[in-house]
Amino acid sequence: MKWTAVSVHVPIVPRTNDVAAQSATTRLREAKTMSRAIVKVNDLSWMTGGPQGSGVDSSANIFAGACVLGGLWTFGLREYYSSIKGPHSYFEVRVNSDKIRSHVNNVDVLATFDAETLIRHADEVAPGGGILYDPTFSNIEIDKVDTIETPVVLRIKARLAKQGLPGTVTGILDESRKRGINLFPINYNDIIVKTAAQIGEHQLSKLSRIVNVLSVSASFAILGFDETYLNQSIERAFASKKKVVDMNEIGAKLAYEVARSQLKQPFPFQLHPIQNQPRLLLMGVESIALGKLVGGCRVQTYYPITPAADESEFLESHGNFDISGGNNASQKGSILVTQTEDEIAAITMATGAALTGARAATSTSGPGFSLMVEGLGWAGMNEVPLVITHYQRGGPATGQPTRHEQGDLKFILSAAHGEFPRIVLCSGDMEESFYDAIRIFNYAERFQMPSIHLIDKGLANNSMTIPPPNADLVPIQRGKLIEADHQGNGEAEPYRRFAFTQDGVSPRAVLGMPGYRFWNTGDEHDEMGHIEEDPDNRVKMMTKRMTKLETAAREIPEDEKFNFFRSSKKQADVTIVSWGSTKGPILDAMKLLEKDGIGVEFLQIRLVSPFPTGKVKQKLAGAKLVIGIEQNYSGQMAAVIAEKTMIDVKNKIVKFNGRPMSQDEIYQSVKQVISNPAQNRRVVLTHGA
Amino acid sequence: MALKLTDLKTEVHNDWCPGCGDFGIEASLKMALTEMPVDINKVALFSGIGCSSKLVHFTNAFGIHTLHGRVLGYAQGAKLANPDLEVIAVGGDGDGLGIGVGHFVHAGRRNIDMAYIIHDNGVYGLTKGQASPTLQLGMQTKSLPEPNINSNINPIMLALASGFTFIARSYAYNTRHLKEMIKKAVAHKGFALIDALQPCPTYNDINTKEWYGGEDRIDPATKRPMPRTYDLESTGYNGRITADMSEDDVDKNLLQVIEKSREWGDKIPIGVFYQNETVPIYEERIRERSPNYLTEPPAKQQLAKNDGKSVVNLANLSKGLLFESLVLAQ
Repeated sequence: MKWTAVSVHVPIVPRTNDVAAQSATTRLREAKTMSRAIVKVNDLSWMTGGPQGSGVDSSANIFAGACVLGGLWTFGLREYYSSIKGPHSYFEVRVNSDKIRSHVNNVDVLATFDAETLIRHADEVAPGGGILYDPTFSNIEIDKVDTIETPVVLRIKARLAKQGLPGTVTGILDESRKRGINLFPINYNDIIVKTAAQIGEHQLSKLSRIVNVLSVSASFAILGFDETYLNQSIERAFASKKKVVDMNEIGAKLAYEVARSQLKQPFPFQLHPIQNQPRLLLMGVESIALGKLVGGCRVQTYYPITPAADESEFLESHGNFDISGGNNASQKGSILVTQTEDEIAAITMATGAALTGARAATSTSGPGFSLMVEGLGWAGMNEVPLVITHYQRGGPATGQPTRHEQGDLKFILSAAHGEFPRIVLCSGDMEESFYDAIRIFNYAERFQMPSIHLIDKGLANNSMTIPPPNADLVPIQRGKLIEADHQGNGEAEPYRRFAFTQDGVSPRAVLGMPGYRFWNTGDEHDEMGHIEEDPDNRVKMMTKRMTKLETAAREIPEDEKFNFFRSSKKQADVTIVSWGSTKGPILDAMKLLEKDGIGVEFLQIRLVSPFPTGKVKQKLAGAKLVIGIEQNYSGQMAAVIAEKTMIDVKNKIVKFNGRPMSQDEIYQSVKQVISNPAQNRRVVLTHGA
Repeated sequence: MALKLTDLKTEVHNDWCPGCGDFGIEASLKMALTEMPVDINKVALFSGIGCSSKLVHFTNAFGIHTLHGRVLGYAQGAKLANPDLEVIAVGGDGDGLGIGVGHFVHAGRRNIDMAYIIHDNGVYGLTKGQASPTLQLGMQTKSLPEPNINSNINPIMLALASGFTFIARSYAYNTRHLKEMIKKAVAHKGFALIDALQPCPTYNDINTKEWYGGEDRIDPATKRPMPRTYDLESTGYNGRITADMSEDDVDKNLLQVIEKSREWGDKIPIGVFYQNETVPIYEERIRERSPNYLTEPPAKQQLAKNDGKSVVNLANLSKGLLFESLVLAQ
């Protein structure tokens, strides 16, 4: 079943730019009028779903992997419950011949292998699209599916009843058919039985897990995408397990044939391979982990928490890595990843590690950061270059552990009692977060303060195809770290860890360095680090610490503080200001808005502390219409902007239902605001299952 | 050049109350440091918050005065990042067994090669004498409005249950004994606890220096006080677990630790209750995963080449995430 021996003809389609940038409404109209003609090549939104633990993630990754092997670009939206087995999770993979950064509202192909996915998501499929389903589930009654919440059941049943349809899977299928959706019954059990016969396996239960790959394969059949890519993707996914590869590939071939045999004419959505460079397919947690290792992180502590723990697990499973150059005789680098008893231990251990000169970090989410706060203050007081990667999720309290939100910005900015400087850097996508993961260590060491890399769940768990990053673009800068081979400070005066300096940053020795003895304390202290309550010293020491924030503001280059995008040269009709992973859907929506002749500017704020006040003021002050777009209730960045610049962001688009914004939501809501800003001061977005 | 006691002095004014047990612990620690084969440049003292934790400022060695209850987090983090350091943590009983007791328990599970001295005086001194976790039920020390409503934690038993591999007790004013315990704790390969009993002359008016010294119990024969503490070793006690011991012998040994840890009042044992070097230290467990850990620990790895470029080979590191685009044969 090796692909290399296969000789088939696959047309190479030139990359086109126009297919990506059609508005959702145009797509709908086209799909309706041309439902039997091929309307879309390499512009697809595919969804799979199923009970948690049934392999939804792996099938989506295998699907996306096959697409990337075919030269295409993907963006994956991953949604799951805070549970391990049973409740519904789903994964939407958007595929394009160009780089894409967001998901869309409509699904073009819904690949189901359980009743629940069909029941929940059938209405998201656009007319002209397709649904793959198991015909043996037709009689299942919607209210008998335990894992669907009652309000959802009632909503769907009411919808069907209004059309005179029964509250069953058949009702859903009838509704879909009426909406012009192509239905593809795939009897998975038949395929599993045949696969079992081919590989000589009598226990069918051993094959039950291949069902998700069968649905992927059937999808590729109707999409006209060569099965070779899928086989290669399967081999990557199950590399070390030959038997698993075999059963998946045999089953995939059968499913491919079953689906293809049902096509009476070409399906309106097609995927064609294109030539492309090698690229990475990864989630935010992975790009950040890679950035940390490249950036020199050698100690990471963590307490398990969603959605941050995946990053630590990636680091641990890549704990020994190849290096070139450096002083390691082994020519191997290694990172120590320690799971602690709680987040207080996580932050204090990482801080202790940072005092030895190791680049050290901890990684957490809102509830964990709440516990870390006392440690944050200590690191601020003692000017420790500690890095915290904070993955926001729905709050407060346990909130929505597996859902997306940008609700912690103001908390992060002011956490811990008293005043001390901190760096807060927000990344917008997988590529940016890789580089920022290196930069945050540079900032921490150059300005000697706790530095927080602020991420959100959307960025953490969604996947994206990106070009391989170039690690050399962000060199490692360690600031005023005293070289390890120094023997004594060479002066009669003892070393002063907190020596007063012009820029507030003192030369930093580490524990164990001969001749550089120092003390730390959470109390206010003198230059040596001993407790000192003298009022004059207090003023000088506070001023020293706070001065570092001005130093950071002066020394960090502008292009690391914010991004400014313009969709066209002409006068902008609207200036969007946002932060974090809304960057992706905003950039994708800008293309659609530009098609409609709307001039858009987009200010993506990345560094929130120190805040680039002057530049933000300059970009927003003269703007015709400013819209703040954020994934929280109150518009926290807008509040920060008001505080820093006294500019009132009058129009806001917010979303706080736990699901990331889609390209279409932003496109539609921005148009809505533009149409009548005074009537649309606050638009609340609600899309997402 | 041998380290002298005067080398360990700092300019910082010592503000402990006259007669505080902390002085005895400070003196014992400094004596131990001068007698041990350690490089003072590699010694890092960590402390929590409370009277006792000011000790690091009075000692001329790297001194990290941390947060209330969190000393073990900082200390363990530093030791793991640079295992060449000689890390000694100190803190009060409220610090380590009250607010920090979670860290205490989990430090036992790790068994990192370092020492931890708990200043155990039964009260929260710096907040003016509230009951600490080691004060016994029903005791009413000077500043308590009512007798203590909680039972006490037995630090020896808790340490045993948590997996500590060296558990000793000493008394602040028996500096010769405490010094020896500190030397043994530092030399021990694994996590070592010393429960250092100490009077608080200001707030604990029950377990006073006179009480420990037995001044209320005059030996009719010698007419001298009969101290309440006694040396375990003088009774032939041996708390050491060795690799060649049978499971039965190990069990017996553990039971005698529990038995001895329950003695209090007129007979308070001091000395090494338990020592077990058959448990691998955490550093060794890490080395099993990362063979270069002990020779190239996190603090010693060079991160960048001279031009600042990272030493990490990103291409190899990201191999599992990289997809070549396949062009099929025509």
